[in-house]
Amino acid sequence: MHKAALVIPGLLLIGVASAWFLTVPKTIADAALPAHEADLDNGKTLFAIGGCASCHAAEGSTDDARLNLEGGHRLDTPFGVFVAPNISSDQEHGIGAWRPVDFVNAMQMGTSPEGEHYYPAFPYTSYAKMSQTDVLDLWAYLQTLPASSRANEPHELAFPFTIRRSLGAWKQLYLDDAFVTAGPNEPILERGRYLAEAPGHCGECHSPRDLLGGLDLTQWMAGAPNPAGRGIVPNITKGGIDISQWSEADIVEYLTSGFTPDYDMVGGSMADVVTNTSQLSDEDRVALARYLLALPERANGYSN
Amino acid sequence: MRSMSMMLATMMVAGSVGFPAMAADNPIAERQESMKSVGKAVKAGAAMVKGQVPFEQDAAQKTLDDLHLAMANYGELFPVGTETGGETEASPKIWEDSAGFDEKVTQFQGVIKTAVDSSPADLDAYKIAFGEITGSCKSCHENYRVKKN
Repeated sequence: MHKAALVIPGLLLIGVASAWFLTVPKTIADAALPAHEADLDNGKTLFAIGGCASCHAAEGSTDDARLNLEGGHRLDTPFGVFVAPNISSDQEHGIGAWRPVDFVNAMQMGTSPEGEHYYPAFPYTSYAKMSQTDVLDLWAYLQTLPASSRANEPHELAFPFTIRRSLGAWKQLYLDDAFVTAGPNEPILERGRYLAEAPGHCGECHSPRDLLGGLDLTQWMAGAPNPAGRGIVPNITKGGIDISQWSEADIVEYLTSGFTPDYDMVGGSMADVVTNTSQLSDEDRVALARYLLALPERANGYSN
Repeated sequence: MRSMSMMLATMMVAGSVGFPAMAADNPIAERQESMKSVGKAVKAGAAMVKGQVPFEQDAAQKTLDDLHLAMANYGELFPVGTETGGETEASPKIWEDSAGFDEKVTQFQGVIKTAVDSSPADLDAYKIAFGEITGSCKSCHENYRVKKN
C-alpha cells in the first residue's frame, strides 16, 4: 500500500484524538481540597449574592419558597431552553448525596459527578473565580435547605448544541478563573470585584456575548440584548444612559430597595436580583457600588 | 332659551361621556405619565419616611391622593394595539396574561385606596401605609415590564 494513502486517515485519527483529549471534562481531586470548617453565615451570604434561588427555586417563588431549590425554571436562550435542575438536599432527586468535591467541580470546572460537561447557562465561568473555601461554605449552607423530590426535566436544545462533549472546546476558550478587571488597590474594591465577578456573576447578563455564546470581555458590563426575549439588559458602566447619572448612594439604594433615584422600581429579571442583594450587608452593597463606578466606561453592548 | 339649555345639557353629557375616550387617545403616553406621577408621589413620601423632611399630615395625605389619582384609570390604558410604539416598556405578558396583569393593577389600586381612607395622622401610621404601597411595585414590574434602553 502506498504510504501516502495513510496520511489522510492518519491525520483524521490525530485530529479526532486531539479533539477528544482537548474536550475531556476536567475535575479536581478530592485530595486537592483544603481542610476547611464550614462557615454557614458566609454560605448564606454567598447563597444570596450567588443568586441560586433565582434559577433553582420554582418561578415566582417568594420568601421561604425561595429556599426550596426544586428546579424547573426555564431559561430561554438563542441555543434553546435550559431547564434548571433540582439542587435541593434530596438524596435521590437533588444533590444531597454529593461529596463536597462534586460541588466544587460543578461550580468551578463545570463538570458533573458523572464526568460530563455542564452547559454554561449554569454560570460556572463566573463561579470559577470564587475561592474554594467560599464554595465549600456555600455547599454546607445548601445542605441545610429543604429536600424536594421534584424530578429533573431535560433541556430543550437543537442539534448541535445537544453534544455535551463539545463544551470541552468551549471551555478551552471561555473558562478562566482569573478576574476580568485589573487588580484594584483598596480592600473594598477588591471585595466589590469579587462579589460582582465571582458569585454575583453580574457580567453573565450585563455583558454581550459572541456567536459561540462566550462573554465579550472587551465590553464588560456594557449591556446586552435580553437573551430571553424583548428588550435589553442595561449598560452598567458609566457609559450607560441610566447609571451614568447615579451616585454611589443611588446604587446602594437600588440594590437595597429596588428604587431608582426617580423612585421608579426595578423590573424584569433584575427584580429578583434585588431581592438577593437586599439580603447582603450594607458594606457589601457599597463594595458593589464602588466596583461599578470604577469600571471602564463602555458604549452600549447592544443596538436598539 | 329652553332649547339653548337643552343643547348645553346635551353637550355636557356628550362631553363627559366622550372625555375618557378622548383622554385615552394616547394610552401609551398616558400610562407612562401615570407611572411618572406614581414615582413623584413615592419620592415625596420616601423623604418623610426616611426623615429627610419632617412629617406633615397634609403633605402625606397629598402623596396618597396623588397615587390614587395617578392609578385611577390605569387598567384601561392597555388596549390591544398599544403593545409597541411610543417607547413603551410594557411587556407582551400584559396581553398574554391579561388576567394576571389586571389582578396586579386592582391590587395596587386597592392598597392605595386603603391608605387614602386611613388618613395616616402620624409618621408611624404613614410608614405602614407607605410600606404596603411600595411593597406592591416589584412583583408587577418583575413580570409585566421590559427594559428598552
